[in-house]
Amino acid sequence: MSTTIVISIIMTILIAATPILLASLGELVVEKSGVLNLGVEGMMLCGAVCGFGATVATGSLLAGFLAAMAAGVATAMIFAFLTLTLSANQVATGLALTIFGVGVSSLIGKPFVGRTVGRLEPLLPAALSDHPVLRVVFGYDILVYGAIALTAATAWFLTSTRPGLILRAVGESDSSAHAIGYPVIAIRAAAVAFGGAMAGLAGAYFSLALTPMWADRLTAGRGWIALALVVFASWKPGRLLLGAWLFGAVATFELQAKAMGATWLAPEFLAMLPYLATVVVLTLISMRRAGAEGSAPACLGKPFATA
Amino acid sequence: MSRKTVRNRVTDLKGNKMTRMIDRRTILAGAAAGAALPLAARDAHAQAPMNVGFVYVGPIGDHGYTYTHDQGRLALQKALGDKIKTNFVENVAEGPDSERVIRQLAQAGNKLIFATSFGFMQPTAKVAKQFPNTYFEHATGYMRDKNLATYNARFYEGRAVIGTIAGLMSKSGKAGYVASFPIPEVVMGINAFTLAARKINPNFETKVIWASTWYDPAKEADAAKALIDQGCDMITQHTDSAAPLQAAEQRGVFAFGQASDMKNFAPKAHLTAIVDDWSQYYIDRTKLALDGKWVTGDVWGGLKEGMVKLAPYNDAMTPQARAAADKIQADIISGAVHPITGPVKDNKGAERLKAGEKATDEALNKMDWYVEGVQA
Amino acid sequence: MLRLEPRREPSAVMRALSPALAVLLTLIAGFIAFTLMGYNGALAIEQIALAPLLDPVRWPDLLIKAAPLILIATGLSIGFRANVWNIGAEGQYILGAIFATGAALATWEMSGRWILPLMLVAGAAGGAAWAAIPAFLRVRWKVSEILVSLMLTYVSIQLLYYLVRGPWKDPQGFNFPQTRMFSDSQTLPAIIEGSLVHLGVPIAIAVAIIAWILMSRSLFGYSVRLVGMAPQAARHAGFSENRTIWATLLISGALAGFAGALEAAGPFGQLVPQFPANYGFTAIIVAFLGRLDPLGVIAGALLLAVTYVGGELAQTSAGLPQAAAGVFQAMLLFFLLAVDVLARYRIRVGGPAHARAGA
Repeated sequence: MSTTIVISIIMTILIAATPILLASLGELVVEKSGVLNLGVEGMMLCGAVCGFGATVATGSLLAGFLAAMAAGVATAMIFAFLTLTLSANQVATGLALTIFGVGVSSLIGKPFVGRTVGRLEPLLPAALSDHPVLRVVFGYDILVYGAIALTAATAWFLTSTRPGLILRAVGESDSSAHAIGYPVIAIRAAAVAFGGAMAGLAGAYFSLALTPMWADRLTAGRGWIALALVVFASWKPGRLLLGAWLFGAVATFELQAKAMGATWLAPEFLAMLPYLATVVVLTLISMRRAGAEGSAPACLGKPFATA
Repeated sequence: MSRKTVRNRVTDLKGNKMTRMIDRRTILAGAAAGAALPLAARDAHAQAPMNVGFVYVGPIGDHGYTYTHDQGRLALQKALGDKIKTNFVENVAEGPDSERVIRQLAQAGNKLIFATSFGFMQPTAKVAKQFPNTYFEHATGYMRDKNLATYNARFYEGRAVIGTIAGLMSKSGKAGYVASFPIPEVVMGINAFTLAARKINPNFETKVIWASTWYDPAKEADAAKALIDQGCDMITQHTDSAAPLQAAEQRGVFAFGQASDMKNFAPKAHLTAIVDDWSQYYIDRTKLALDGKWVTGDVWGGLKEGMVKLAPYNDAMTPQARAAADKIQADIISGAVHPITGPVKDNKGAERLKAGEKATDEALNKMDWYVEGVQA
Repeated sequence: MLRLEPRREPSAVMRALSPALAVLLTLIAGFIAFTLMGYNGALAIEQIALAPLLDPVRWPDLLIKAAPLILIATGLSIGFRANVWNIGAEGQYILGAIFATGAALATWEMSGRWILPLMLVAGAAGGAAWAAIPAFLRVRWKVSEILVSLMLTYVSIQLLYYLVRGPWKDPQGFNFPQTRMFSDSQTLPAIIEGSLVHLGVPIAIAVAIIAWILMSRSLFGYSVRLVGMAPQAARHAGFSENRTIWATLLISGALAGFAGALEAAGPFGQLVPQFPANYGFTAIIVAFLGRLDPLGVIAGALLLAVTYVGGELAQTSAGLPQAAAGVFQAMLLFFLLAVDVLARYRIRVGGPAHARAGA
């Protein structure tokens, strides 16, 4: 394999990992606060279509990404109202949110089908971003770097800041947090809103950077992968980054192997690889944890009411 | 089914068009009679439009396969105006769901029903037996009946044209093919493309990536990138989204659109596109149904019938490539050239077609081997 | 200020009334939304929500659509009670169809009354075997069953693709990816000659009723609920959590596999790549709509079936896009989940201080 191909593969992996990383970072914060929102795919689709629409209307990518985050927050607030204010079941509400997002995004997107916009370009000047070798480091758009920076920032926020500690406390023991006087519901709502903003941003990464267009169900199930990744990373941002890269690597390997002419495996078995790999790696991680309780936040998915 | 139910259904069908109850009733009488008595329908169609139903496998907003069928439906509605009313159900899962939808369309008084995806075959055949007075048309399948016709397009003819262009325009002599699943439809396209390209450049290679999906834009784009990494400078696809074209545009190689003109997704990369155009077929068949002259059949239309077309060429195409593309189109239309003509060896070295032998339609419909030069 | 105050006992009246209230609210919201979108709101609502119920011609459609949902959701509701989150019922459903088809292809050109039961048993075994993987990993190494069962769903889809395109491809099928059509001995009979309703419908309802008796009247049902609600207490009472995980996953897997076998032997009559229809995921919603109670599951499955069938009717009659029908379905779920709060809480106006004095 030539250097060019290796560089290109690495770049494909990093770019493919970015939207999954963004969405799963949001979901990680949501789950750390003790809430399980399975509606990531729905929020991503709403973000994707609103981001695309805003960019078509204004010509500005920034406006697009901001609109996508706003759309993600708006859909997340439906979830927050139902599960936090009304204590509805989180699993069912999240699944309903996905159905909602698929439908609403299709309705909003009707006028945009068949159009395109200029894609998000690499951040740095062409001398660096187009350099045959250096582009492996400097050749990405701002969100690839941004997602990595946000991973570090989230890790720092959760472990080293007071609000981060409070958020985790709410996720580990909502009743104690409440007893101390923290507004459990408000904190969780803020976390859910953050999750929505990140999912919206991730969705817009599809419609404005990866494949600048809108078509129904554009994200094609990546929201579910993002959810899986959070569990896979056992709720640790650093592992999330590794997990997203690993997923990107396995998916890219599948395609590269086919392009190189690997016919020893039926294509169906190659397509299974990313999912089998996830199961295997997850098992290996769990074996190392040998018997220790899983690291899921203790209150994950359980409703909280001040009673 | 009781007559009363027909009546109710037809009321519903018209309900949104009519503003006053009394009008609705007047129309209803004719339409209800038409649904139950096919002969009466012909006399009644002056006042009651004939209902034509469409069943789609994807959303009309997919800008791919279903979109082209819906464009055909719109053209039909426009051409025949108030003589007909078209109805459609989109995103219908293949299997029992489609059987329910098709039956429901028949019950609702649709006189002619187009089921536009292969997976609707068994359900359409079942419902056709239950509604002997309704005409059914199934796209891409092989089951026929007195009231069930089949139709399909010879997309492979378009593939031969773009293969010719690829053979002339490619510098590396390698094309990347983002494909969905190895079904005969896709396989014959890969072969027609490669044979045409190898006629120009005997060393031409086609690398296929099976995306194992009809629609996943991000994955289709990554597949195209992987092919470009492997030295392919022509990208073509048999999946539904414009994502491979966008990837080609970004990497500065050429590509071909799929199902509809996709130029605005990739103004520089998009050399041309194979355009599916179902409108004339839909208009012709509906006219026959209106006149009571509809009979079953099996239409496989190509460039000649206008069911397959090529989108306008990109300015980047060399005069030589334009001329060659025009010529092979003309030759296919005149019948002088069949895209899959021997001598053809498969990619394992075995002879498949003798010199001068043309692939029969039956052989095309069963095709599960690849010509020399295909890496799949 | 509005405030929620938990009831000591869920209100039976509100439990019964809240679904009706949710449906009413959805109809109003749907009417407003569809009208604002420029459609005939009244007609759209009538078509989605009422037409399938009022028109007897549509009833078999509802029952056929609901049957697999009832079976899968019944199994899931048992597991969810024990906090065992089998999200991959879709995969177990597919494996059930694969095993049933394997049995059908193995008994090709044979006939007899034993073939169909064999296929159904094989299907249940296939679903249970697929669910045994997350069960084993969860019990042995505490691997999250949510993730493993979900990932295995994608694997099962590819396995299905491989089989129908490769070894199981119909030799007379023009190379299209599909198996042979099943023979008469391999096809689920209709309950009444000429009816569309197949034997799977009464079976599904019977299974739900048996599950309801099992959950409410047996020691097993008690242990499952106890493990879910109070694992500590369950341990003291001598109920093994691991055994509960195994049992609930195997039951839900077997029922999903059974549903897959019924669907393959009934409405499909062959195995095709389009077999997966998201029943496994929809059943999760059904389980919660039914409040994790097998009898409630029957109602929840029928309700969802109404929105599916009605959504198709509204597409042809009111020109409503399929996406709008999806939004309607989501709104119905939102309202159902929201009004459920009335059964569990009282809504009080005013400050919190004195409200709890009586409790």
